[in-house]
Amino acid sequence: MMSWLPENISIEGEEIDFLFYVSYYLTVVVFIGVAVAMAYFIIKYRAKPGVKAKYTHGNNTLEILWTVIPTFILLVFILMTQTSWAKLKLAIPQNPHVRVEVTGKQFNWIIRYPGDDGKFGTKDDLVLDNQLNVPVNKQVLISLKGADVIHSFFIPQTRMKQDVVPGRTIPLWFTPTKVGKYEIPCAELCGFGHSGMNGEMIVHSEADYAKWRKKAWEEKDK
Amino acid sequence: MSETTADAHGAHDHHEGGFWSTYVFSLDHKMIARQFLWLGLIMMVVGGILALIFRWQLAWPETQVWGFEWISDESEGMPEGYVTPNFYNMAVTMHATIMVFLVVMPILVGCFGNFLIPLMIGARDMAFPVLNMLSFWVAVLGAVIMTAGFFVEGGHAASGWTGYAPLSTVPEYTGVFMGQTLWALSLFVLSFSSLMGSINYITTLINMRTEGMTWFRVPLVVWSLFVTAILGLLALPILGSAGAMMIFDRVFETNFFNPAKGGEPLLWQHLFWYFGHPEVYILILPGMGIASELLPVFCRKPIFGYRAMVYAMLAIAFLSWIVWGHHMFQSGMNPALGSAFMMTTLVIAIPSAIKTFNWLGTLWGGSIRFTVPMLHALAFVILFVIGGLSGIFMASNVVDIYIHDTYFIVAHFHYVIFGGSVFALFGGIQYWFPKMFGRAMDEALGKVHFWLTFIFFNMVFFPMHILGVGGHMRRIYNPMQYEFLQGMQPINVMITLSALALGLSQIPFVFNFFATVFRWNAKWFRVLIQAVSALVVGFIGYKSVAVMFEGMMEPEPSTGARIAGTVVAVALAVWIYRYLEKSMAPLGADAPQNPWDANTLEWVAPTPAPHGNFGPTLPVVRRGPYEYSVPGEEADWAPQTETIDPKYAEAGH
Ligand code: HEM
Ligand SMILES: [Cu+2]
Ligand SMILES: [Cu+2]
Repeated sequence: MMSWLPENISIEGEEIDFLFYVSYYLTVVVFIGVAVAMAYFIIKYRAKPGVKAKYTHGNNTLEILWTVIPTFILLVFILMTQTSWAKLKLAIPQNPHVRVEVTGKQFNWIIRYPGDDGKFGTKDDLVLDNQLNVPVNKQVLISLKGADVIHSFFIPQTRMKQDVVPGRTIPLWFTPTKVGKYEIPCAELCGFGHSGMNGEMIVHSEADYAKWRKKAWEEKDK
Repeated sequence: MSETTADAHGAHDHHEGGFWSTYVFSLDHKMIARQFLWLGLIMMVVGGILALIFRWQLAWPETQVWGFEWISDESEGMPEGYVTPNFYNMAVTMHATIMVFLVVMPILVGCFGNFLIPLMIGARDMAFPVLNMLSFWVAVLGAVIMTAGFFVEGGHAASGWTGYAPLSTVPEYTGVFMGQTLWALSLFVLSFSSLMGSINYITTLINMRTEGMTWFRVPLVVWSLFVTAILGLLALPILGSAGAMMIFDRVFETNFFNPAKGGEPLLWQHLFWYFGHPEVYILILPGMGIASELLPVFCRKPIFGYRAMVYAMLAIAFLSWIVWGHHMFQSGMNPALGSAFMMTTLVIAIPSAIKTFNWLGTLWGGSIRFTVPMLHALAFVILFVIGGLSGIFMASNVVDIYIHDTYFIVAHFHYVIFGGSVFALFGGIQYWFPKMFGRAMDEALGKVHFWLTFIFFNMVFFPMHILGVGGHMRRIYNPMQYEFLQGMQPINVMITLSALALGLSQIPFVFNFFATVFRWNAKWFRVLIQAVSALVVGFIGYKSVAVMFEGMMEPEPSTGARIAGTVVAVALAVWIYRYLEKSMAPLGADAPQNPWDANTLEWVAPTPAPHGNFGPTLPVVRRGPYEYSVPGEEADWAPQTETIDPKYAEAGH
């Protein structure tokens, strides 16, 4: 099943993949244990003439064991998760390399890049539909905004997903590690055009990124 | 109170009610139970067809759905059988809404709750028979309103069964006008139906247990329905209120949820999931109860850890109120809350684990009889385990970042609701049918239905985990619009083919149900059943071979594949035909009073149970519900009314 995960191309995504594998091995082991026990009981204890069922109402030691052991395992699992969660959701980067503002609007991602002043909402902003350009190996901080209904900004290869809520600005950050083009589907039903609401993230090498910026602003000023 | 009801019922016994008071506005809990069953089964057909339509679109996007080509090209939804995006969204929305509110709830809670609670606790009827009747007819009203939505201008609700605002509350965003309002109105009405049922169940169980039916002698299915009723009592008003607010937003232009006018869209999600998580336990608890009921009977062994089972259910009832945020990890809610909700969510997994281990414990050392109800109970256990385990992935707020809103979620909840609730529902129908209708459904046909359903259920829903892990979003109309999903399209095709097979697999059940209820046992009808069941299996076999030879994406099988497919199809068809010919019992023959040698009180009542359930005196309970294979007793069962060796009395209550 793991090989079905698309290639991960972000540093933050590694945390998610790691915990995915933890869940995967944990649940597979439990499943096999339960399935084998069940199959064994079903075969061994099928009705046979002259054999009566055991008369027992249970066993308190067992009850305690199978309450305490899962509790302990799940506790460890919770603790393992929370540091990652804090990293991914709470520790908003103070000095990201790139800032972008993305607005979900039926049925497009409207992407706003600040100009050289680094500020949004000034004259030198660049606005593109559905095209997110970022440099490789640099942390990107996206401010997600919504114009109409709820959408969900999703880049499968970075493992990142965040609902976009009209009336709020929600931060999302990641560091892409591989040059290439990746899709940005909307993951939350947002109307008849939901399917096909799809942007593109282009991860540039550092040099290409600088070139792209130069060219994009030149074109804009024309 | 129970005395007067008893007298009233005693008087009833002496004259036959008319058609209207017997079959329509009946006050008898058993008739109301059957009415809920019919309601649920009819709606199941509607919900199932919707699912097949959107599955078709997912496998073969933008092609004519087979069987719907005749629709006029002026139709807004399916011109000439092509699914439009809005129709797709509507089908997804209404499939889920119908299955949850008009199939699983009416059958598991409405039918089994009504039928079992009075019979199993030795009561003559529900505490409030009129309220009970109202509960059913209000549910019918809700169903009518829900169905009406299909016929209004603009189509039915299309914003998902979760109805997220503001998509659902501002008509312009979907182009759906009356439909969404009727959807909310119907839920509002249905919430009253559930509320009335809940009040009745709780009152009945608290006040009307017969002599000796102490709390810890109450069968687990009744416990589960009791806990369900408590959840229903507290959760449904929230749904009703949220529905009312949605109607206000849509019709009276209030702005509870519309951010463009200062409303708060996440408020809808909080309300919906504060109702919604208890709701999923409303859907599964009765299933757990049914499994806990069937396993001891067919293991001929007391349930393992009766008290642990009860405490686990009470824990679920409490904890299910503090986990709703796990549906909102990525919603934009303060992420610090995500940690708290992850914790509570994993805590609630523990009682589920405890229950699973106790079911395994019940199998251990049993003398297992593989009847059709038992097969369903066993399937319930293993499928619920898969659904619970996939819940662990999503409960981890970090992993959920990636798999939220993907097919992984769809896989999860179908394992718990279809694999859990619906398998329990089929098992329960087969098990209590003799008491409900006075005749037993056929075991051979039941086995054909069970195995087909079990196999194709897994073939439909297991691969959805893989799609989800691949990033396949839920509720998309056409996966081929995304490059990163195109490589997985064969899985979508496989799922749809299996879904069609799963739909066909219900035919033996339909035959079994109707033939038994209406006692259709003519020779020609039996041959028809055998032939149709054989054809279904043969057809599925043919298609499977074709797919094995040609892969998923090749519509026309080669000659070699055709020949091999035909050989397999004929072999399978002959096998099923002859199996049924040999093994089908006379359909609709009278059932004995206690066909399964079960202990609980419903089997003490005569079959069919008369108005008032028990004879002139109510049964007196002298032992626990699961005293099977008691040492020193001749038979491996005895009704709860028998005394038990005091040596075992303490352990077994
Ligand atoms: C072991 C126990 C369970 C755990 C840990 C669990 C966990 C979760 C989580 C975290 C989600 C949200 C995932 C997301 O949207 O990203 C979810 C969704 C869901 N669960 Fe469970 N669950 C459990 C049992 C159940 C049961 C017993 C049922 C119902 C019978 C159920 C029905 C659902 C449904 C219907 C949804 C999806 C709702 C939707 O978004 O449409 N779950 N579950
Ligand atoms: Cu969308
Ligand atoms: Cu939940």
